Amino acid sequence: MALLEAANICMQFGGLRAVDNFNLEINEHELVGLIGPNGAGKTTVFNMLTGVYIPTEGDIKIDGQSVVGKKPYEIVQAGAARTFQNIRLFKDLTVLDNIKIAFHHELNYSTLEGIFRLPRYWADEKRAQEACLAFLAIFDMEDYAYTMAKNLPYGKQRKLEIARALATKPKILMLDEPAAGMNPQETHELMETIQLIRDKFDIAILLIEHDMHLVMGVCERIVVLDYGRIIAKGTPDETRNNPDVIRVYLGE
Amino acid sequence: MILFLQQIINGLSVGSIYALIALGYTMVYGIIKLINFAHGEIMMAGAYFAFLVGVHLGLPFFAVLIISMIGAAVLGVFIEFIAYKPLRKAPRISALITAIGVSFFLQNLALVIFKAEPKIMPNLIVKRPVNIGSLQIGTVTLATLALSIGFMIILDVFVKRTKPGKAMRAVSEDKDAALLMGINVNRTISITFAIGSALGAVAGVLFGVMYTQVYPTMGVMPGLKAFVAAVLGGIGLIPGAVLGGFVIGMVETITKAYLSSQWSDAIVFGLLIIVLLIKPTGILGKNEKEKV
Amino acid sequence: MDKKVIKNYIINIAAIFAVYAVLKGLIYAGVITRYHQGIIVFILINVILATSLNLAVGFLGQLTLGHAGFMAVGAYVSAITAVALNANFNLPKIVVLLISLTLAAIVSALTGVAIGIPALRLRGDYLAIITLGFGEVIRVIINNIKVTGGAQGFTGIPKLSTLDNVFWITVLAVAFLYTLTHSRQGRAILSIREDEIAAEAVGVKTTSFKVMGFAIAAGLAGIGGGLYAHYIAFLDPNTFNFMRSVEILIIVVLGGMGSLTGSIVAAIVLTIMPEALRSFNELRLLLYALILVVMMIFKPSGLFGTEEFSWQGIYDRYKTRKNALHNREKKV
Repeated sequence: MALLEAANICMQFGGLRAVDNFNLEINEHELVGLIGPNGAGKTTVFNMLTGVYIPTEGDIKIDGQSVVGKKPYEIVQAGAARTFQNIRLFKDLTVLDNIKIAFHHELNYSTLEGIFRLPRYWADEKRAQEACLAFLAIFDMEDYAYTMAKNLPYGKQRKLEIARALATKPKILMLDEPAAGMNPQETHELMETIQLIRDKFDIAILLIEHDMHLVMGVCERIVVLDYGRIIAKGTPDETRNNPDVIRVYLGE
Repeated sequence: MILFLQQIINGLSVGSIYALIALGYTMVYGIIKLINFAHGEIMMAGAYFAFLVGVHLGLPFFAVLIISMIGAAVLGVFIEFIAYKPLRKAPRISALITAIGVSFFLQNLALVIFKAEPKIMPNLIVKRPVNIGSLQIGTVTLATLALSIGFMIILDVFVKRTKPGKAMRAVSEDKDAALLMGINVNRTISITFAIGSALGAVAGVLFGVMYTQVYPTMGVMPGLKAFVAAVLGGIGLIPGAVLGGFVIGMVETITKAYLSSQWSDAIVFGLLIIVLLIKPTGILGKNEKEKV
Repeated sequence: MDKKVIKNYIINIAAIFAVYAVLKGLIYAGVITRYHQGIIVFILINVILATSLNLAVGFLGQLTLGHAGFMAVGAYVSAITAVALNANFNLPKIVVLLISLTLAAIVSALTGVAIGIPALRLRGDYLAIITLGFGEVIRVIINNIKVTGGAQGFTGIPKLSTLDNVFWITVLAVAFLYTLTHSRQGRAILSIREDEIAAEAVGVKTTSFKVMGFAIAAGLAGIGGGLYAHYIAFLDPNTFNFMRSVEILIIVVLGGMGSLTGSIVAAIVLTIMPEALRSFNELRLLLYALILVVMMIFKPSGLFGTEEFSWQGIYDRYKTRKNALHNREKKV
């Protein structure tokens, strides 16, 4: 059984069919890229998969469990975490707090235990502190733990956003144009981060991207979207040579 | 039936005053996203200007009205320049608190200058009933309706047909894009304040004439109701303010006449709550979803 | 628990006792008169109202303009309860006060939940306006029903609030807010202020936390209202109008949204200011308004921004400065 299964999902905005009969299966530990020209409906697919939009038709299953109509936070609990095209960090909080918020579900003390500072508060907070610092260390960001998220350089902000998504312990990570606005150096760093995730975490990744170099470099399988429809599927080499893809990207 | 029709006309006339004030709220909100809490006080200032000119110079109604409009427009532009302009890049809530501060300031300034007891507004419009069929309507009510509707038409033409009007719409749509198109944003904002304040002054003069009183806190309740009207219709939208004003005036007059005058405020605010819950951006407002 | 944390707790608790001791000493010495005591009680009540509103506006990021409505609910519930208790039982004053305040907090918090569930779906200015509407509706209802005494006001409320019990209740309320905002729930609340969509995307149940924060703010406002009722012994529904909500909001914004200590300092300054300006007679409110506008223009993020005042912070700053000086000397 696939980890993520989207079956014939459609999204209709008034008279516009933004996504039409989209099908996708992602297996465990797979890295799939979703590409397509501007306005092809990539982000709409993403928003459906993560519960921001409810598909007008079709079904989405994560780990065998249907998530259509679930709230975004329920989808996180089901095992899918995401990042955003325009980075969404908790800007006025520290890097460590950004991670701790995503770590929320691992802490068990109740509101009253927290307010009255009962033993479980101390125990849980200590565990969270250590776990989150260790987590930052994986991404080589422990030096930034007490920096305000807004003061990080751009590339590091992106990295933090990915780390934060991973802190929710997802089974699948969805990255929405992570290389957008990055210079080649930062993109290179991003590729390393993605490789790091592949090595250290046992999860699947769905990647939306414009940057062909990045997609072809890291993805195992690629889905090409145009005008809301899938026009090609296959390995990077297959898609690279697919005439439809060439037509869409380069024109006739 | 006759009584009911008369109440409808009263409602329309009260509503037209709310609509005039609501236009000021909505235009300012549309252009700088600020709830200008001092707008009720601009209306009060307009009424005091009319009172001063009416008593001391004894000019005819239209002259008084125009002087009061000019006075309020200057005041509005001045306030924007002194208090709001420095805060354009600050958190919006700071600008909101500043607007509240300006409102306090104007109220207390009027209190210091004119003292708390109400001044009697001179009879700028000859008060007598006019018979239309079997309906009896006061001249003030008729004048209020006619003037308000007249000014609304002028505003509509101004906003749609003239260059500064188009600039106003452009700035409220997208300030940065307007700037790139060579529109003088600062001047456009000043023009918006001037027009909004002048319309507020018209409302103040009519309100003063209708109730024959002028006092420092006279802008508070009409200001709040007009603000509710602007939100009800869809804040930032000129037709929304007019619609909201008439709806609030109507609902208020009808509940006062047929249900209960004590509960009329609760019904007005209750209506606002219900509309916002059903349509969070007001009756004519468009739903804008944040882009993810 | 780490030693630094314990040290901080001890310092803060000691500071609170020191303030209390100084107050008592000054009262004993006659420096603080009865009139001053009244002002201090109002400052403390404003501290409760402002810090609780800060939870909703500064920490949760939801601008609300109906805080006086919750204060009114608390004031009336507490007054009615105390009158009923005194009529039927012979309980010590402090017990009557505590029962009344507990009930006031519960009813206000429930009102907060009832209003919050529909209203919190709206954002920004629209939320502000709908809460303003709810606040006004509450006021009109109180004005027109029998149990509250209607527009004539509610008289004969037992005078149960004293400087001592108001002081300690305020301390507890602020401590409660501090520990709440510095827990996992507090972080979830902050994440909603920062970015609601992102908060949801990392698994924060935004709706429940919004309603929770809103309800706690309302409950504490209810306690503030109760203390007010039992101090002034008479309630006029029109004291709880929209302007009262605005006054509380001004304290929050001026102190700094997201700073509890900022709210405390601003509550002190803004409660004393009109009194201190008394010699200017009718000019005092004019000056008050002018100061408000000037402060906003020059310090739009408030006195404290989102920072909290702490002894440790001062000590750290002093130390870095000293080290810097030291290093510079070394270089020379």
